Formats: sequence, structure tokens, C-alpha cells
Amino acid sequence: MGGMLASLLRIIALTRKELLAVLKDRRARLSLLIPPMIQALIFGYAATYDLNRVPYALLDEDHSAASRELAAGLDGTGVFERVADLSRSSDMERSIDSGQALVVLHIGQNFQRQLLAGRSADVQLIADGRNSNTAGTAMGYISGIIADFNAQWRAAHGERASALQLVERAWFNPNLETRWYMIPGMIGTLTLIQTMMLTVMSVAREREEGTFDQLLVTPFRPHEIMVGKALPSMIVGLIQATGVLVVAQLWFRIPFAGSYWVLYAGLLLFLLAAVGMGLLLSAIAATMQQAMLYSMLFIMPFSLLSGFTTPLSAMPGALQDFTLINPLRFAIDITRRVYLEGAGLRLLLPDLWPLAIIAALTLTAASWVFRYRPQ
Amino acid sequence: MSAAAAKLARVRALIRKETRQMVRDPSSIAMGVVLPLILILLFGFGLSLDVRDVPIAVVSQDSSADAQGLTQAFELSPYFHPLLLRSLAPAQQLLLRGSVDGILNIPEDFARRLAQGDAQVQLLVKGSDANRARIIESYVEGAVGHWSAQLSLEGHAGGVAAAFGPVNVQTRLWFNEADESRYFLVPGLLVLVMTLIGGLLTAMVMAREWERGTLESLFVTPVRSDEILIGKTLPYFLLALAGFVLCVLSAKFLFHVPLRGSLWALSGVSMLYTLVALGIGLLISSAVKNQLVASQLVALTTFMPALMLSGFLFDLRSMPAAVRLITRVLPARYYVAVLQNVFLAGDVWAVLLPNALVLAVMAVVLALASRAVTRKRLL
Repeated sequence: MGGMLASLLRIIALTRKELLAVLKDRRARLSLLIPPMIQALIFGYAATYDLNRVPYALLDEDHSAASRELAAGLDGTGVFERVADLSRSSDMERSIDSGQALVVLHIGQNFQRQLLAGRSADVQLIADGRNSNTAGTAMGYISGIIADFNAQWRAAHGERASALQLVERAWFNPNLETRWYMIPGMIGTLTLIQTMMLTVMSVAREREEGTFDQLLVTPFRPHEIMVGKALPSMIVGLIQATGVLVVAQLWFRIPFAGSYWVLYAGLLLFLLAAVGMGLLLSAIAATMQQAMLYSMLFIMPFSLLSGFTTPLSAMPGALQDFTLINPLRFAIDITRRVYLEGAGLRLLLPDLWPLAIIAALTLTAASWVFRYRPQ
Repeated sequence: MSAAAAKLARVRALIRKETRQMVRDPSSIAMGVVLPLILILLFGFGLSLDVRDVPIAVVSQDSSADAQGLTQAFELSPYFHPLLLRSLAPAQQLLLRGSVDGILNIPEDFARRLAQGDAQVQLLVKGSDANRARIIESYVEGAVGHWSAQLSLEGHAGGVAAAFGPVNVQTRLWFNEADESRYFLVPGLLVLVMTLIGGLLTAMVMAREWERGTLESLFVTPVRSDEILIGKTLPYFLLALAGFVLCVLSAKFLFHVPLRGSLWALSGVSMLYTLVALGIGLLISSAVKNQLVASQLVALTTFMPALMLSGFLFDLRSMPAAVRLITRVLPARYYVAVLQNVFLAGDVWAVLLPNALVLAVMAVVLALASRAVTRKRLL
């Protein structure tokens, strides 16, 4: 019992020393606490697949009331901004190539006559596919506007409405705002980079400066050193995650559907796994530079192949298996589902136990390497 | 020996020393060659915004031939992986658990109301991932519309004027007819790789010299500050170029991304961007002189912005004015614009020249600033 108390006291002392070492430098302090919130703010505005400004060019060869009405439908959305009225189809290439217009709407000559005759009239939509996702979204918006135009035309000209209607509804995010999905995902992503780097570098620096050997000859046991190195990073990680959470709720006003207890339980497991990986890498690395490289080698794939920006389900099977070692993948799923869907611990179990396994494996491996690594 | 020849000899000696150091530390080679290769492979295969095989629950509460026909349309579609159910409650459980992305509900009175001309089917999508949800909605609209159009061709009463509205849209996607998201994601990856090699590696090397004080001992030698900068950066510049070549080769031959522009325009602008990335690394490391802080700062100021704010994934035009202003000072933004053009559109000079010019100006400014910072510390 006395042994455990002494061990606890040693861990607290080491944690305190580590926290002081990290936070005593004002620049380091700022570089750990301020960036996640600023990033959440800037990226929160940037990270959306929704479009709110689509420059388009109109090539209207019909010059009729109907073609003007269709174009007015686009102008009236507030999203589409007409940047050019083209007169020849050869002009289309120039406005797309130069990036002046994202889409060109081409209304052919007999548009109104066809419509009045009760026949279908075609319009052409040409989009700049250099970013095919953006182009696809813009074309989807226009298809919706044209569907509205069709319904109105039918109603005004006494035609029958469609016999089969599709009623659409979205759960958890009724207006389908991608921002609602991206920002909760940042709670884990923005935290991972600095937490993992901090862990990796703190051990590598002691090793490079030779103070790690000094630490080893103190009464500290290897696992105590590890806990002392892990706790400060986790504390910093929790503070960073809270910062992002505050921005999401107070600035972007994204409604929080779940429980904070569940969220923080998930975050703690995630940070434990991330710090475990960091400790393992730092145990292997000989210099700070190597430690840095190794951690980037993991952080980059982790943050990109986590489902943060592109969905996991679009990856080939082998890569989806690879993401099973990625703590961020589980953290992002947890934060999003707690945040938007109000998921409880039972629904999140498939995310929680892999994190626990990653944490257990990496921490065990790290403490083994710490003890037996040939210096 | 003339002054110029002496200068050349000093620079050459420095480069030789730096190259040896680089070759002997396998971690820098790993960064220059192995890292880009791993990244381009992982991301090239892993990043995709294409939506295929959507798991969807089709709840058919009507056993009529019409309802079966609509269900079949989903079974035959390459876009869906339907799961057939009879009631709504288990489907909702599946949606909550994340096993399906949407529920198509065909109500009991479907066939009867279809004959009367006012049938309804409901689509419930999981909206959390809004981008994906919207794509799924449009797929379902397409599948349902196509099915009812077939009905009308077959002379079914309910199908009249269902799919072919008065106005039909024919869409064409220029530069990427097949709508492969890989075509714009793989060129975009070049930005991330070049940023990482150029910026991070230089920052680490210089910060280490500052931290250990070896740079100050270099200052007392006859070597001048601009020579130190050239000697330090040239080997890493070449390393970054090696990474660039690997990336371009795999984009072209592994991922079959078309390279419609000229190779020399691509290489030229890429060299400019590498210089800019090196410059940022140099500047940050000289400013903070600490490996930990330098590495964190470089990761924060280059990698994340290159991912989020460069136009690589997210459309710049839809960002608020203040954020657009921030993207204007980011070199990655200009490089992405060039890459997407050179790969998919060709040498569009109206886009290439202004962007290359901005990168060139940034490179010169950063070079001058790095020299100023290095020289100042001499005093």
C-alpha cells in the first residue's frame, strides 16, 4: 500500500515537472493552446462541401420569356451569380477554362416553342470538372431548380403532376449542412496532431539531451516514467478538444445532441491510444528529427484516412482494414455520433473497444522498449 | 583565386557536408523518398469522394407487382446495396447503428395510389454526412425517376409524364467526363507531399543547428550567410524533387490521372513551390530556434492549411470573405490551382501565369527574409 502511494506521488511529481517543462515557455504554451481554437474557427468556415457562391455563365439562344424565367430561377437563389452572358457556344470554353464560371447553362434555340407544344425541351449544363465534387454539387443544385421550374410550368399549363413523388427527409442534420459534420470531426483531428507530436518530442528531446538516462537512474520505474510522460499530453489534448468543442457550440451554434460524459469518455480513450502510439514511436526514435519524421509518417495518413474529409466507405477493403490501427478513425466516429446523433455508450461500443486495444498494445510495447532498448 | 570561385568552393563544400549528413541519416532519405511513396499510395487509393454500393434499406410494405418492380430497380442498380425489409422499425435500428445510410419506404397503398396517379415513396437518409446524403438523395431520385419513366413507356397509367419533365437537363463534366474524384484528389496530394518534405525537413535541420549552437560556429568561418542558406537548402531541394518525380510517376502510371499539360510547366511551378516551402521552413526555424516549436509551427502553418484552405478539397469561392483573404497568403492555394489545370485541363496560361508569378514573388520574398534573419543573428 505504501509502495503504491509512493509510486503515485512519484507519478504526480513527474507529471507536474513535465507540465511545467511544456508550459513554462510562453511561446510553447501559446502554440499548444491557441492554434486548435483558431484552426477550428477558420477551418470551420472553410471545411464545407456546400456551395454558397457559384459563378455561372448563361448562353441563351432562345431569348424567350421561358428561358428568362429559367435563368431567373438560378439568379433568385442567391447562390448562383451570373458572371457572363455568352452569345456563341465557342465562348463557353473560355469562361470555363479561365475559371471565370463554374458552370455554363446553355438554353437552345427552340426552348420555348418546344415547351408550349407540350414536348420536352433540353438544356445543356456544362461544368468545370477540375474539382468534380464541387461541380457535381453545383449541378445537383441546378437540377433541383429545374425540377421546381418543371413543377411550376406543369401547374401553370394545366398538365398533370408526376404520379410518383419522392418525399425526402434527413435525420440528425435536417438541412444537410456539411459544416455540421466537419466541425465535430475536428475535435479529434485538431487534437491528434499536437498531442502525438508533443508526446513523441518530449521523450526524444530528453534522449537527445541525455537527460533521459538521468531519469532512468532515479527511483522512477519505467512505467512510472511512461505515465508521467503520457498524462501531460493527455491533459493538453483534453484542453484542446474542449477548445474546439466550445467553438463548435458557441460560435457555430451546432446543436449538441448527446451526453458530455459519453463524449469525454470516448476522448479519454482516444487520447490514451494516441499518446500510447506517440510513446512507442518515441521509444524507437533515436533523435528528435527521427521522432518528428516517424510521427509525421503516422499523423498524415491517420488524419487523412480517418473519414474526416472523405468517407471511409469509399476506400478499398484493404485500406479500410489498415484504418483499424488508426485511433482517429474511431474518435471521429465517436465525436460525430455523440454530437449529432446523440449516440450512447452501447451504440459506440464498436468504436470504444478498438481504442482500448490500441491503447493497451502500444503502452505495453512502449514500456517494453523503454526497458530493454539498447542505448 | 577569384572571389566568385572561392564562393563556389565554399558552397560546394557545404553542400557536400550536408549531403553526407543527409545520406548517413536514413530518416531524411525516408522522408524524401519513402514518405512520398507511402503517402501517394495510401491517399491515391484511400481518398475518394465517389459514392458507390450505398447500403440502403428498402422497406416494402406493399406486396404488389409495382412495389416489387421498384424494389428490383434498386437491386439492379450498381449504386445501391439494398437490404429488403418488411417493416420500418428494424430499418430504423439499422440506420441508428450505421449499418445502412438510408431507408426507402414503400407504403402499403403504393400500387393502389399509383393507379390513381398520386403515389408516394419516402426516403429517409442519415444526414450526418451531408455531402454523402445529398449524393444518395440524387441517386435515389434518379432510380425512382428512371423506374417511373419506364412505366410510362410501358403505358402504365401511373407513369404518365412522371420522369421526363418539360425541361430535361443534359449534364457534361468537362476535364473529368467519368466523374472520378481521384482525378482531382491525386494531383492535390502533390501539394501535401511537397509541403511536408520542403517545409518540415528544412525546419528540423535548421532548428537543430540553432539549438545545438553549431550554426554560430559556422558563422565564424569565412562562409557567408547566403552561402550557408544555399548549402543547407540545396540538398533538401533535390530530395524534394525526387519525391515530386515519384509522385508524378505514380499519378500517371498507377492512378492513370491524365497529364494534359506540359511536363515542363508542371516541373517549373513545382520547383517554385518547393522553394517557397523551403523558405517557410527556414524562416520559422530561424525565428524560433527550437525543434519542438519549429516542427509544431510548420505542421500548423503548412500542412493543415494546405489540406483545408488550398482549394484541394473545399471550394474557395464558397468561403467567407475573411477566410478567402487568409487563403490568399497561402502558397498552397496557388500551387493547387496550377496542378488541377496542368493535370486535367492542360497549359491554360490564363491560370498558370498569374499563379506562377505569385509563387515566384513569394519565393524571392522568403529567400530575402531568410537571409536577413540569418545575418541578423551574426551580430
